[in-house]
This record gives sequence, C-alpha cells and structure tokens, in this order.
Amino acid sequence: MKDFFFLAFNNLKRRKLRSWLTILGIFIGIAAVVSLISLGQGLQSFIHEQFEQVGGNKILVSPKTMMGMAGSATEEELVLTEDDLKAIRSVTGVEGAEGIVTRNSIISYKKESEVVMVAGMSEEYVEIFGNIDALKIIEGRQLRDSDKSNIVVGYNHIFGNLWDRKLKIGDDLEIKGKEFEIVGVLKKQGNPADDNAVWMEKETFRDLFDVGDNEGTITVKVKEGFNPDKVAEEIKEELRDERNEEEEQETFSVQTFSQLLETFNDIFAVVQVVLIGIAAISLLVGGIGIMNTMYMAVLERTKEIGTMKAVGAKNSDVLLIFLFESGLLGLVGGAIGIALGIGIGKAVEYIATAQLGTPYLQAVFGFPLIIGALIFSFIVGCLSGILPALQAAKLKPAEALRYE
Amino acid sequence: MKEEIIKLDKVDKNYILGDSIVKAVRNASLTIRKGEFIAIVGPSGSGKSTLMNLIGALDLATKGRIFLEGKDIEHLEESELAVIRGNKIGFVFQTFNLIPTLTALENVTLPMVFQGFSKEERIERATELLKDVGLEERMKHLPGELSGGERQRVAIARALANNPDVILADEPTGNLDSKTGKHILEILKDLNKKGKTIIIVTHNLEMARKVDKIIKIKDGKIVK
Repeated sequence: MKDFFFLAFNNLKRRKLRSWLTILGIFIGIAAVVSLISLGQGLQSFIHEQFEQVGGNKILVSPKTMMGMAGSATEEELVLTEDDLKAIRSVTGVEGAEGIVTRNSIISYKKESEVVMVAGMSEEYVEIFGNIDALKIIEGRQLRDSDKSNIVVGYNHIFGNLWDRKLKIGDDLEIKGKEFEIVGVLKKQGNPADDNAVWMEKETFRDLFDVGDNEGTITVKVKEGFNPDKVAEEIKEELRDERNEEEEQETFSVQTFSQLLETFNDIFAVVQVVLIGIAAISLLVGGIGIMNTMYMAVLERTKEIGTMKAVGAKNSDVLLIFLFESGLLGLVGGAIGIALGIGIGKAVEYIATAQLGTPYLQAVFGFPLIIGALIFSFIVGCLSGILPALQAAKLKPAEALRYE
Repeated sequence: MKEEIIKLDKVDKNYILGDSIVKAVRNASLTIRKGEFIAIVGPSGSGKSTLMNLIGALDLATKGRIFLEGKDIEHLEESELAVIRGNKIGFVFQTFNLIPTLTALENVTLPMVFQGFSKEERIERATELLKDVGLEERMKHLPGELSGGERQRVAIARALANNPDVILADEPTGNLDSKTGKHILEILKDLNKKGKTIIIVTHNLEMARKVDKIIKIKDGKIVK
C-alpha cells in the first residue's frame, strides 16, 4: 500500500506543472468552502451570543414601516403612543415595558456639526433592561429622569475621532439650539450608529423634537415563568383591540427575540446554502480537471501500464496506483486550500475588526472543519479518478505494450 | 528429457483490426523444456511477437491450449495471469520499458512490490541483481541517465527479480549497437548456464545461431 502511494507520488512529481495546475482547481474550491464555513460559523456564534446576552425573555413592539403598507396608512397611525404602552403593560406576563424614541439630528460642538442618532429614554428603561451591553456606562453616570439638560453619549464622542478634539465629561453639545452637558459615556458597540449616538431623557426628547407622546420602539420584558411567544400573541391581540385594527392588517409588529433569532437563522441558512453551492460548483470543476489530467496520464503511460502488468501488476494494483494518484491530487489541493481558506478567513476577520472596531466576525476553524475538508478533498480526488483508473486497470497487457 | 515448461497445442490467435480479422498465429504447436535456450525467428509481421505474448501469458489464445508447467492457463482470471507473469516469467523488451521516474534500483524492486515482498528484502535482492549485471555504481540513477546497454541490463535484473524460471526477451539487442548487443547476449547465455530457460524473439539470424534451438515462424505458422 505504502509502495503504491510512493509510485503515485512519483508520477505526480514527474509532471509538476500539470499536477500543480490540477491542484489549483481543487484548492480554490476548498479554500472557498473553508473560509465561508468558518466565517459563517463565526458570525452565527456571534449573533447567538448577542441574543443570549439580550435575553430570550424580551419582546420588541415596533410600528410597521411605510414600506409594504397600503397607501391609505398615514404617518400618525404608524406611531406607537403612550396609550399603546399602557395597553402592553396591562397584558398578563409583562413585567415591564418601555419605549425608546429616536431621530437623526444635527448636533454641534463649538463650530463643528455632525448628524447623529439622538435617542430618548426614561430612567425606567435602564431599571428594566439595565444589564444589557448597549447601556453599559464606562465613564460618568447613566441618565436620570431629572436630567433635563444632560446627555449620555456614545463611545466615539469621547474616545473616537467624531470631533476634532476628543470631548470629555462636562463638555456641552448643542442640539436643536439647546445646550446639553455630557454626564456619561457608553461602552464601545463597534458600529458608528451606536457609537456616535446621543441619549437624553425621554420627555426632554419629546419636547425638543416635538413628537407628542410617541414611544418609538417598545421593548417588553416578560415575567419569569411566562412563554415569550404566548405573551407576544396576547400583546398583539390587546394592541389590535386598543388600536381598532383587523387581524393581518396591523400597523405594528410584535416580535420575540427567539423569533428574530429564528428569522436570522433561516436567512443565514439560505445564504450559507447558496455560498456552499457556489463553492461546490468550483469543486466540481476542479474534480473534472483531475479527471482530465488522469485520463491524459493513462493515455501517456499506456506502455508503462503494460510493462507493470507484464512484471506482475494485477488490475487492482494498477487501479490503486491511479486512484492514489488522483486522491493525492485532491488531498494536496485540500491541504493548500485549507491553509488558504484559513488565511482568507483571518484576513476578513482582521479587516472586519479594523473596520468595525469590535470582533464581530471571528473566523472559527474547528477541528472537524479541517479534517472534514481534508477527507472531502481526498474523496473528490478519488471519485474524479475512478473512471480513468478503471480504464487503466482494464487495459490488456499485450495491447498496452504495443501502444506507441 | 527435461520437463516441459511451456507447451502450445494447436494455438490460433486472431485480432480484430477495424473490420478485418488478422490471423496472427495459426495452428501453432511447440514445446519448450526447462533450461533450453531458444530463439523464435521470423520477419517482422510474421506473428512472432504475438507468439511471445501467448507464451508469456500476456494474451490468451483464440483457439487451442497453452500450458505453463503443465497447467492450462486458458481459463485463468486476469489477476491469476498477473501472478503467473510476476512469478514464473521475466520479460526483457526491445525498448527496455523501464519506468522513467524510478531509479534503476526501484525499477528492479517493482516486480517484487506486486508480490508483496518487504522493503528490506526487495532492496537486498535488487542490489544483488544489479551487482550481478555490473551496475552497482549506477543503482541510484534514473533510466534517462543510463546508456542503452545499461538500461537493458537493468531490465534483465528486473526480469530476474522474482527468480522466474523463464526469461522472455523480445528483440533484446534490437536497440543496441553490436558490441553492447553481444554483451547482453553473453549475460543471457550466462543465465541459461545457471539453469534459466531463455526464449529470445528476434529477426536477427546471426544472433539466433548462438542458441540451442530455433523456432522459425512465417505468416503465423511455425515452419521449424
């Protein structure tokens, strides 16, 4: 067996360029598979971590966006109000609910201006959901309901390059003609939308942006022991009654985080299948390349095959030598492809981290992935080599020896 | 009388070439005994190569029977024929037919690989065989680095690898100059003296004169 491997390897060495070109066809496919799967796994585990952190016991109620709505709906109907919030709080199983209103606005520091997201939030929101990452204060303090002219800012205001000069606690920002003093900084989130944001007390926000009793997006915390999906259904019913809306015609949506996660997983699975499908096509092409190379090798070495048979090689021996040869092409292609795939994965991870600031996208290279890819590439090689190897094995010795 | 080692009994061999049937060997009967030094002689196209293929179990007869050490090989599987070729017969070809990627030593070990000898045994025996043909200095060279005569000596060493009783040599000196050819013939004669049955296929009558027995073939028929 070892000797057959040696013979196969020897044959590949003899036609180096052709072997490398054939291997190229395989390793591109394997590199694509490995990098895509590793990044996919990394992304998926990151999202799952995030969901876990946010908690499965939360429900998100938001107005439906204009897109996809019947033309009759006006902006006003699409807003969740304080009445809606009260209705939600009245549902059994709801421990607490609070809305966050947001608007994009110009804010100024001295002579500089920026457009950022401004959000209004009550103290109660922090009390209910204070343990989440997005609300962690790393310097200063969190907002209180009594903070009529204070704000909490995203990471970039103090530690990033949003302003020419890095701001500090106590500096003033001007929003819609009113001065606000910075009292706290939030933890880095890794995306500009959050890290550039400015948070203020909800009532102050409503007055400033003149949005009445708009609650924006309402987050609901479900009491322990209640099923979030069931509570979500009840909230939906309650809101329908309260807003006089028909089923399937609602102007709001109620989603649990587990539903969100499911939606994400569904989309992710489709994306994954498409990407792997593309990689599979490139592997198929690589496999055909191996087959072609092997057919040529059989033709070229017909006389050699005849000689081997004359000196006692059985059909099965010849078959194995050629199978090893094509398998080896696949295996080497796989090994290089895995190395390349890890390189691509790590490069994407590096770029993503540099761009986003936090390690959102970590390429995960599990042992099963690497071993699996190796075995898979060997199998692709062997499968591609079966037909040529059979042809070689079936050659009649007398005819093969005569072949010129 | 020595024991019969190869016997052909009224053997026909036909080839299909396109639409026509080529009758390469017709009604050939012959007996080869152990230790004989035989030349099969005939002009090109006379069917002597086909006859050699039949004797060497490289091909099966269309009609008639072929016995190897008294055993009818007609109904054997391809893998059984391979074992017979590997163990009982050593081939020497006009074009040497060495594997170009393997060194002289590796070429000689190749027949033993297929018989499942261990690596140590193979190298020991191959080294010895190459010494016998005077190539111990050239063992690690590839065929491309060897002269024609050296290549044919490697091929002879390879033919002897599994210690077969019969050496079948198809025009063994055909691609060599006359001096080198003589040397190769000497080696074959030597082997014959040591008890090997040697069968040479050739169209060279001068060479044929140096053997014990000549089998002449013409138009597929043995004419003595």
